[in-house]
Amino acid sequence: MQAFTILTAIAAPLPIANVDTDQIIPARFLKTIKRSGLGKSLFAGMRYDDEGAERPEFVLNQEPYRGADILIAHENFGCGSSREHAPWALLDFGIRSVIAPSFADIFYGNCFKNGILPVVLPRSVCDQLMEDAKLGANARITVDLERQVVVRPSGEEFPFSVDPFRRHTLLNGLDEIGQTMQHTAEIATYETVRHTAKPWMPSISL
Amino acid sequence: MSASHPRTLFDKIWADHVVEQLEDGTALLYIDRHLVHEVTSPQAFEGLRAAGRRVHAPGNTIATVDHNVPTSDRRHGIAEPESRLQVETLQENVREFGVPFFDMLDERQGIVHIVGPEQGISLPGMTIVCGDSHTSTHGAMGAWAVGIGTSEVEHVLATQTLLQKPAKNMLVEVNGVLPPGCTAKDVVLAIIGRIGTAGGTGHVIEFAGPVIRNLDMAGRLTVCNMSIEGGARAGLIAPDETTFAYIEGRPFAPKGEDFDRAVAYWKTLPSDPGAHYDTIVRIDGSEIAPMVTWGTNPEAVLPITGVVPNPDEAPGEAERAQMQRALDYMGLTAGTKLTDIPVDVVFIGSCTNARIEDMRAAAAVARGRHVAPNVRALVVPGSGLVKTQAEQEGLAEVFIEAGFEWREPGCSMCLAMNPDKLLPGQRCASTSNRNFEGRQGKGGRTHLLSPAMAAAAAVTGRLTDIRELV
Repeated sequence: MQAFTILTAIAAPLPIANVDTDQIIPARFLKTIKRSGLGKSLFAGMRYDDEGAERPEFVLNQEPYRGADILIAHENFGCGSSREHAPWALLDFGIRSVIAPSFADIFYGNCFKNGILPVVLPRSVCDQLMEDAKLGANARITVDLERQVVVRPSGEEFPFSVDPFRRHTLLNGLDEIGQTMQHTAEIATYETVRHTAKPWMPSISL
Repeated sequence: MSASHPRTLFDKIWADHVVEQLEDGTALLYIDRHLVHEVTSPQAFEGLRAAGRRVHAPGNTIATVDHNVPTSDRRHGIAEPESRLQVETLQENVREFGVPFFDMLDERQGIVHIVGPEQGISLPGMTIVCGDSHTSTHGAMGAWAVGIGTSEVEHVLATQTLLQKPAKNMLVEVNGVLPPGCTAKDVVLAIIGRIGTAGGTGHVIEFAGPVIRNLDMAGRLTVCNMSIEGGARAGLIAPDETTFAYIEGRPFAPKGEDFDRAVAYWKTLPSDPGAHYDTIVRIDGSEIAPMVTWGTNPEAVLPITGVVPNPDEAPGEAERAQMQRALDYMGLTAGTKLTDIPVDVVFIGSCTNARIEDMRAAAAVARGRHVAPNVRALVVPGSGLVKTQAEQEGLAEVFIEAGFEWREPGCSMCLAMNPDKLLPGQRCASTSNRNFEGRQGKGGRTHLLSPAMAAAAAVTGRLTDIRELV
């Protein structure tokens, strides 16, 4: 996984609440066995018309937001499905950070597994950042995971919180499975105890 | 936390599965059951292969195909190449990694959240995961069951553990007696209408109270299924005699003395008196009416006796804009009576409502009636076993005589990954769980409701108060 430390970039304003995973990547695009190539289908319903042509009014079809690395949205971003295709599509488009007043739990967790930093800031702050974002390339926003601050173009800083464990993993781009496998002995011990305590626990075999 | 401290059902399951406590409250949790399907697993198996890792505990794992499979005759395989590739990829992966598998033509195949409880694979006190947000369904067994992303699917396959921080406890108590015509679906839609789509974020919801207690297992599974629609990754219900009676004799459930020992353990699981909940919501079940959604997320829900709401009456500009956007998408005008809304398609199925009890409820309405002209109505049983049972009980015949399509099991039109999908602008009365934009097909419009209400809409051709038909 790609590490995330500090990012200064164009931010795209998406002032919508409850952006769901079917909006981020509709189910018809989940028929893939790869993680890559989903960027073109990101927000497909809002981004393209029935003939597949770009809708010029959608923010990611406009300059300079075609090159946005940050997305700013309203409450409950990413609600719905557990499909990791949602962060994969964002990442493939180039989005490395989403800033919103709140996120759905599963989407929030999935972001960290893919080098995307979801940042929770109060609605009033998101509204200010949304105004900055509307200025386009003249108003780059900085997301600093090391210092846990978002910096406006004016230099004003807003601190945000993030779980220390997730922060450490993301800052260093660590392989979580590799880390967990260092606990193989503890897992084996747990399994032995479990077998003794719950001897009735069936093993599935066909 | 000391053992004498009053604990919730969730607290107990959590404590019983901590392999190791890590920093900042994050724990390495042991996973008892991992359900795998074709859409969210290919990249996970590929990751294992690339790293030279194996599946740690195949005996804790079960795979099936559900999202992509056609619901028409499929003895000749899958026509759509991308769907076929996903199914074939899972077939190869389960073979290579030794994972137990119900393939497409196996009678036990079905929607993964129908199959787990039906087979006795999902049991009380377990930790259960699947790369699908409706894994919350299995919480009805008295388990902690959550949807995970593909990276976590790979993590569980490789280590049989998950890195987690404990959620907060939320109690949703539904009191009183449910009025006639109301079902578990109406209860959970009413709950989501009350708490909102983000009301349960960061929480595990424990559903309790006499209305929940009086639900059969099918109803409890419906309620827990939609926990995620209220923002909670997991919803659960304390196991009781209803639960134990449901489990006994199922193929993968403990047998004989093992069953008795398991029950003795399961009886220790319900929340202790005085256990702490971070959030408590109480609902008067006797005030619940048959519910239907009008908008583009499940909190946009009203009793069927209501009218399409007016955005000008929204509390703020942001809410007004959101409501207007929903009405525009849904093609609805404020003030229209919900019972005056015509439907083009009726879908009875999904992990929310495709159990035998749902088939019976819909068939009871369909019996002796006929699907309205210009309406297409599909019934998609949740598993091969549900399909067979419905055929043995004569339900399939009732549906077919009434003009419904009787299909093979799968996720089908809930998310339109197979050929069952709405056309742009089509309006559907659906027993599924999500009314998001484009969920049932690009440009499709979804109204969520119970199986009986869906069957009623099919025969009248419009959203209908079931109480007018019974």
